[in-house]
Amino acid sequence: MADGTLHIAVCVKAVPGSTDVRMDPETNTIVRDGGAAVVNPFDASALELALGIADARAASGVPTRVSVVSMGIPSTASLLRDCIARGATDALLLTDRAFAGADTLATTRALALGLARLGRVDLVLCGKMAVDGDTAQIGPELAGALDLPCAVDVRGLVACSEGALRARVGIDGGTAVVELPLPAVATVAKEAARLRMPSISGVLAAEGAEVEVLDASGAGADPARIGLAGSPTQVVRSFVPEQRSSAREIGGTAREQAAAVADIVERMA
Amino acid sequence: MMAGLRVDAGLCIGCGRCVRACGSGGIEVEGRLARPTEGCVLCGSCVDACPAGAISIERGDAAGTADLSSYRGIFVFAQVDGDGRLAAVALELTGRARELADARGCGVTALLAEGAGAGADNAGRLIAAGADEVVRCDDARMALPDAEVTARWVESVARERRPEAILIGATAFGRQLAPMVSVRLETGLTADCTALDIDPGTGLLRQTRPAFGGNLMATIVCPAHRPQMATVRPGIFREPDPDPARTGRVTDVPLDASIVPRVRVLSVDASGPGASIADAERLVVVGRGIGSKKNVPLMRRLARALGAELGCTRPLVEAGWLEYPHQVGQTGVSVSPRVLVSIGVSGAIQHLAGIGGAETVIAVNEDPSAPIFGVADYKVVADAIDFATELERALGERRG
Repeated sequence: MADGTLHIAVCVKAVPGSTDVRMDPETNTIVRDGGAAVVNPFDASALELALGIADARAASGVPTRVSVVSMGIPSTASLLRDCIARGATDALLLTDRAFAGADTLATTRALALGLARLGRVDLVLCGKMAVDGDTAQIGPELAGALDLPCAVDVRGLVACSEGALRARVGIDGGTAVVELPLPAVATVAKEAARLRMPSISGVLAAEGAEVEVLDASGAGADPARIGLAGSPTQVVRSFVPEQRSSAREIGGTAREQAAAVADIVERMA
Repeated sequence: MMAGLRVDAGLCIGCGRCVRACGSGGIEVEGRLARPTEGCVLCGSCVDACPAGAISIERGDAAGTADLSSYRGIFVFAQVDGDGRLAAVALELTGRARELADARGCGVTALLAEGAGAGADNAGRLIAAGADEVVRCDDARMALPDAEVTARWVESVARERRPEAILIGATAFGRQLAPMVSVRLETGLTADCTALDIDPGTGLLRQTRPAFGGNLMATIVCPAHRPQMATVRPGIFREPDPDPARTGRVTDVPLDASIVPRVRVLSVDASGPGASIADAERLVVVGRGIGSKKNVPLMRRLARALGAELGCTRPLVEAGWLEYPHQVGQTGVSVSPRVLVSIGVSGAIQHLAGIGGAETVIAVNEDPSAPIFGVADYKVVADAIDFATELERALGERRG
């Protein structure tokens, strides 16, 4: 930014407090005991990473703006206010029936519109994945949609300046340290950081803070490219996995069982 | 018509099962009639839950890919690892793509992006595994681990040749590459599939994957957009026996000269246990049933006595008992040992997705109904620590 402010946008998703799913044995239908919604834990780590960057810059007297942006149902606003209590500067919620039913492509388009609304953003952070969907696709899709370089699975931050992000990322068979010119997108592993608790001043700030709410037309969305209508993929069936059991049981005392297993492993040598 | 949830008032019996099935407070029952609230995210859970068939989702009209029938053939992205060799999943997917293509009556094309100077005959191996053609690019800009450059190449080949499906291994690299390609092609992508089937007539790919931490499986299709894209878990499909008699052609398609890598790789550390676990012939995998962190050393000794590597489930990593590179499962390492001894692991489907490649699974758990037994070859109902202690002793005695 012209005034030297680094602008970080953190994409967050409200997810069920629990991912437990069970089958109603009577009706053979799915029952979700999700509990209250929470910020996806991976996104919480991404927020902490952003707040950590802001702290480090504040110590040397340079400003940072940390925006949180979410596509969700109206009650998601309270989670965004909690993000402000923990240190985020401002929050934007994209909410509209027209956004509902979005797959990762339609979600990416909505988030890209939200990011455009925030003005110039230097660094977009996402959780590596969401605990309910497990796709890990939003970050790289956003990078593609915005044509920005992308670091996936950030395990730890090495450095972040106005010009570049340097981070340790997970790769097949190990880790690597990579450097990306800003603006860029990065997705964050849960282990990278643990989100701080709200401070008293943060809670006070959050009380007065306005969460900007944007509907589809306000965001300038083409209804055919968002929500269910804009989603190429469709779920045709959901089911709780069944267990097949063809295992041979090894009985007896622990000693007898151990001896039998030792035999099996030896035979396979 | 705008997309949305529809409740047929004539069919709804007001039973409330939809309310219990909803994860977001998106439906309520008032006056014996269900109606969606502003919390509805159109996930479809209530549709499945309704015993009266009263709920449906109106999809609305949206433009898909024009001229679907002009898309033909299955592409497999063939990942090459740092040492220049094909990743096992590339051959597994080529084998599966061959089966799907035979059912459909179309061809299989392997996309081989080599970081230049790959020595092994990767193209020949792909043809022997079932590819009709290998489209190859040898270019130093393709060096791992930045997927963007490779994504640009795959995108351009897909635009030119119009495949109906693209399969990519769900490795760390593949799960980065695939969304970068699908978003550029503005098509659908299903992550981390554990089953794939094709409709021989329409070519519609039925893609099944775990969600909700593995507690739920979903079958997903991409009916109106092409190519249909999926990442597929390594170790799910068997690597085909190579058929040296198969023939195919190799076509070199260069990477556009204007593409410049933006991510700089400053250093690579490939020394984590991840790689050794993935390649281990023998593996001990431990879960929450081992009780506490103080039992980890026993499990390490047991693994050593068995000549095995040690892996674990996600909760153990989250509790800090073992480090992330030891994690086996959908969000960790995918393994394919000859023998896997699973101790105190309950068997969430996400974990099971990572051990699908194991030849023989010996599962030890004190709960006789633990899901892990559903995929085990041998079932041992026992306390994890008692069993591990006895097995360590037995192995010690045998060695003398």
